[in-house]
Amino acid sequence: MEYFDTLIVILQSTVRVSVPLILAALAGLYSERSGIFDIGLEGKMLAAAFAGGAAAAVTGSALIGLGAAILVSVFLALVHAFASITQRGNQIVSGVAINFIALGATVILGQAWFRQGGRTPQLGEGARFSTVELPFAAEIANVPILGPIYSNLLSGHFLLTYLAFALVPFTWWVLYRTRFGLRLRAVGENPGAVDTAGISVTWMRYRAVICCGILCGIAGAYLSMAMTAGFVKGMTAGKGFIALAALIFAKWKPVNVMFACLLFGFLDAMSIRMQGNELPLIGEVPVQFMQALPYVLTVVLLAGFIGKAIPPKAGGVPYVKER
Amino acid sequence: MSAPYAKLPAWVDYGLIPLINLVVAFLVAGLVVLAVGESPLRAAALLIEGAFGYGEGIGFTLYYATNFIFTGLAVAVAFHCGLFNIGGEGQAYVAGLGVALPILWLDQIMPWYVVFPAAIVGSAIAGAAWAFIPGWLQAKRGSHVVITTIMFNFIASSVMVYLLVDVLKPAGSMAPQTRTFAEGGQLPRLDWLLAIFGLDIGGAPFNLSFLLALVAAFVVWLVIWRTKLGYEIRTMGHSPKAARYAGIKESRIVIITMLMSGGLAGMMALNPIMGDQHRMALDFVAGAGFVGIAVALMGRSHPVGIVPAAILFGMLYQGGAEISFEMPQISRDMITIIQGLVILFAGAMENMFRPAITTFFATLGGARDAKPAPAVE
Amino acid sequence: MSDFAIELKGIDKSFGLVRANKDINLSVRKGTIHGIIGENGAGKSTLMSILYGFYQADDGDIFIDGEKTVIKDPNAAIASGIGMVHQHFMLVENFTVLENIMLGAEESQILTAGIAKARDELRRLEDEYELEVDPDAIIEELPVGLQQRVEILKALYRGAEILILDEPTGVLTPAEADHLFRILEQLKSEGKTIVLITHKLREIMAVTDEVSVMRRGEMVATRTTSETSVEELAELMVGRRVLLQVDKGPATPGDVLLAVEGLTVRDSRGVDMVKDVSFEVRAGEIVGIAGVAGNGQSELLQAITGIRRGTKGRVLLNGEPIRVTGHADPAELRHRGLAHVPEDRQHMGLVLKFDESENSILGYHDDPKYLNGLFLNIDAIRKDAADKIEKYDIRPPNPRLKTANFSGGNQQKIVLAREMERDPPVLVIGQPTRGVDVGAIEFIHKRIIEMRDAGKAVLLVSVELDEIRSLADRVLVMFDGRVVGERSPETGEGELGLLMAGVEDAKEAAQ
Repeated sequence: MEYFDTLIVILQSTVRVSVPLILAALAGLYSERSGIFDIGLEGKMLAAAFAGGAAAAVTGSALIGLGAAILVSVFLALVHAFASITQRGNQIVSGVAINFIALGATVILGQAWFRQGGRTPQLGEGARFSTVELPFAAEIANVPILGPIYSNLLSGHFLLTYLAFALVPFTWWVLYRTRFGLRLRAVGENPGAVDTAGISVTWMRYRAVICCGILCGIAGAYLSMAMTAGFVKGMTAGKGFIALAALIFAKWKPVNVMFACLLFGFLDAMSIRMQGNELPLIGEVPVQFMQALPYVLTVVLLAGFIGKAIPPKAGGVPYVKER
Repeated sequence: MSAPYAKLPAWVDYGLIPLINLVVAFLVAGLVVLAVGESPLRAAALLIEGAFGYGEGIGFTLYYATNFIFTGLAVAVAFHCGLFNIGGEGQAYVAGLGVALPILWLDQIMPWYVVFPAAIVGSAIAGAAWAFIPGWLQAKRGSHVVITTIMFNFIASSVMVYLLVDVLKPAGSMAPQTRTFAEGGQLPRLDWLLAIFGLDIGGAPFNLSFLLALVAAFVVWLVIWRTKLGYEIRTMGHSPKAARYAGIKESRIVIITMLMSGGLAGMMALNPIMGDQHRMALDFVAGAGFVGIAVALMGRSHPVGIVPAAILFGMLYQGGAEISFEMPQISRDMITIIQGLVILFAGAMENMFRPAITTFFATLGGARDAKPAPAVE
Repeated sequence: MSDFAIELKGIDKSFGLVRANKDINLSVRKGTIHGIIGENGAGKSTLMSILYGFYQADDGDIFIDGEKTVIKDPNAAIASGIGMVHQHFMLVENFTVLENIMLGAEESQILTAGIAKARDELRRLEDEYELEVDPDAIIEELPVGLQQRVEILKALYRGAEILILDEPTGVLTPAEADHLFRILEQLKSEGKTIVLITHKLREIMAVTDEVSVMRRGEMVATRTTSETSVEELAELMVGRRVLLQVDKGPATPGDVLLAVEGLTVRDSRGVDMVKDVSFEVRAGEIVGIAGVAGNGQSELLQAITGIRRGTKGRVLLNGEPIRVTGHADPAELRHRGLAHVPEDRQHMGLVLKFDESENSILGYHDDPKYLNGLFLNIDAIRKDAADKIEKYDIRPPNPRLKTANFSGGNQQKIVLAREMERDPPVLVIGQPTRGVDVGAIEFIHKRIIEMRDAGKAVLLVSVELDEIRSLADRVLVMFDGRVVGERSPETGEGELGLLMAGVEDAKEAAQ
């Protein structure tokens, strides 16, 4: 029973830490399936976390905070789009640039505006998102097995958490069941086919990148306004890259993305939990090993030793009409 | 791949356009300074004063520049082969082992001039080893080197934290770092070099590895432009098709280039570990690996461009620290923004102003210099 | 209503200084199959791309069904009832047939309704035109013939009344091609108008009602197919060109230096591009390979020179086999005396960003005479380059100038100087004068003859028939991956043109 409770606690924190990963990885999915590689997920998420935290602190409204987060993230996404679609620049270079701009600007602006060493002020009630209890959570909490699962694991999360998980089937539906999704997948595989079908490749890709911006914005808002109550400098701490790794690990498929993010989130939750504790059978595992595992797994996958991660065929290549 | 742009005079291509891109990057940075309520001009004046106004400032500027020369060269060497090594940060971090281990072994029994060569070799080998796997995976398995090097940065970070916290930390110490090196593990400072110009470097850790960095820059130039290997690397980078035609072994060249790139990034570890802190601490690389990207793009992957670009970033680091005394709003994080803007404007959007400039030169010299456009095939 | 489905009036299009289409007039009757024939680079594809809205004409008007129409993008073309089957299929390879057909014509934001409708419509089209294909099959798993069928279905699904097919049989087997022609006949009987772009005379004669001939960017003639002949078309296509005068004595062939035996080359799509090709080249002779581009010459060249792997067969260099089906190594072949002037000068033969002297050692950069140990001997390299510049009259005579700044002809001379000055026993040359100015052509031709007279074995591949005729001692014609005939260079253009166009028994046909 003790193990069961521990498991519930670990799973609960798995869900908590997986949410920004899922949002950011889905963001990357929209962009990369359209043929625009994005290693700037980290930067967009960070900038959004700051914008959300700052706007919510000033206005006292979580919704305005969310709006600001999305706005800033979309702006950075448009910079990336301009560089890589309109200017046909190097998508990797552009992504790297956006990460640095976000990393520096959040600290400088944060310090200038709030003077708290790069933090935004602690968000009070109403300025941050609160958790929601599912119906009857309290009533059935004491039912064995099902009770803890329902009340502790499924209930008591932020609306954004439920939104993130809802976005997984939604993204699948968009991708495979809508016109937008069909064209988005096509433009990432063979932009020539899209162009000859009378659809603008540029506009399609811009829209995909904007979707990416919106989702990164929500991911950032979750970090500074739900998971914690305020922005702390560098708070994404590589989550954007873990999300990128999860996206590759999931072979650019939405449902796989969720599982990859949950796996990586679980490793994260375990590593926090296990600090100093011994694992049955294995003994003590260094925390750092658990932290590095998502990256190691992704490299192994990329190397083609377990399955093969085949990126969208036209990914990373600016579209130029053939002569 | 080459974009269909009309030809421009070389000085425009290599001088004017990069300069305009750089100026735009700094103008946007100036807007950020304005946004936080300070004067960009005064900030610039403080920056230059802080970096070059006195001996100690210059010492610090050149100390930082040393790091960036190494990492900039690392990125540039890979660029010449058409590879984007984002892993300089991790390669330098792991290379810390290559520096620290020989020193920990030898510092109490040998003088610095014996330990230094061992540390140089150690750092280069460790950095190269960390770059080998991404290079090998790119060459043999087609795994994109950008993604694998990013992953390896994080793996490096975990490995190093583990080693410093659990293995290398001396018993009884709380701080996750090695013991402080004895005299044999400390590089002499270059106070005499600036003393020639009548400057006193004060407490600045400007040390011998700066000269090593200059030697490395020269060697990179020599290898890339003056050896058969460099010829093959450049052929590969410009045109993989031509490399195939010329019978150049593609995967061999990719791996060798990544080894060189990793080795150069690795040598950066000498400067902070052996030259300044005299121990290996957590996170000693402090982003220098990433600054190398901006330095290489700005220096157009040529040592002659990289050294001044590295000094410029050294100036930003040192001057940035100074500004924060006068302008508390502006910390060293300003440099991160500038770094990003330089990468954006000198890298991803490098051709933004080209059409306008081409039109300008076309109208300027239209009648006088009516060269036919290259034939379209 | 008009009798003509398409009328083009005075279409002009230039790319830089190259005028791809000059004052083109074309009228295509409704409900007919109209062929457009011409050599490579005659401007056929450019013209059709203008019609499909991929490029804008610099001048001229387009009339569709009698109405003046501005076609500013493919959308406008589709709206005007024009469908196009591209030479390189515009299909998303990991999509299903159905998804490809729907792309751009989905009906509504949500696919469900559209899918059902597309399925029905597809079934109707399949029945009507005998175009069976499994709507749920993934494109990359289908053979090319079926992929092409999907392209046709795509156009029909969009309600195309005019169907343009650009070199549709290039990737098809003869049986598949025959099936395609039956489909085209069927479409015609349903009242569709078809424009067939090809360089194969056999196809023109077999299926078209009318045929227009293009040559060097101009529309030179339009004929009713039943009233013309392959000979007339071949002549119109190639034109009566004055044979370039090259001083050339009779060849004195010696030993076999290069022998190709049963060579087959498969490309990445799994299509055999070179099929069981055998021939030999002797010392002191030039063997020319004629043919329209895309008939396997490039793959043949690359397999012989070690750049591409062959699937079957042997190649003997000086009697010794080369690893043609394994890891052949261009560097090793060079050491063994095989010099190669590649077809793709700009991307393969040269590194345009290198300076002239650097390019003058490409492939030979491991020769000790250019090296000091591991270092490049820059002085020796520049000196060597300067010698070649003088000998080959390369202008401007500056070994340190960036290669991109040389003209096409001078770039080609850089490559030729590099390959010929090694005095190799075997020289393989692809497209020696493509994109080269007239002045340089004569010089290059002379050099090639000199190599022959010096006892070298020369294999020459060119799509310029007159070049082959004026240089070669023996002419092999390649068509569809095979060598379909060997002729002497004195053979009439008509006969060679027929062979190049895939007409078998060309001799009888020409008589």
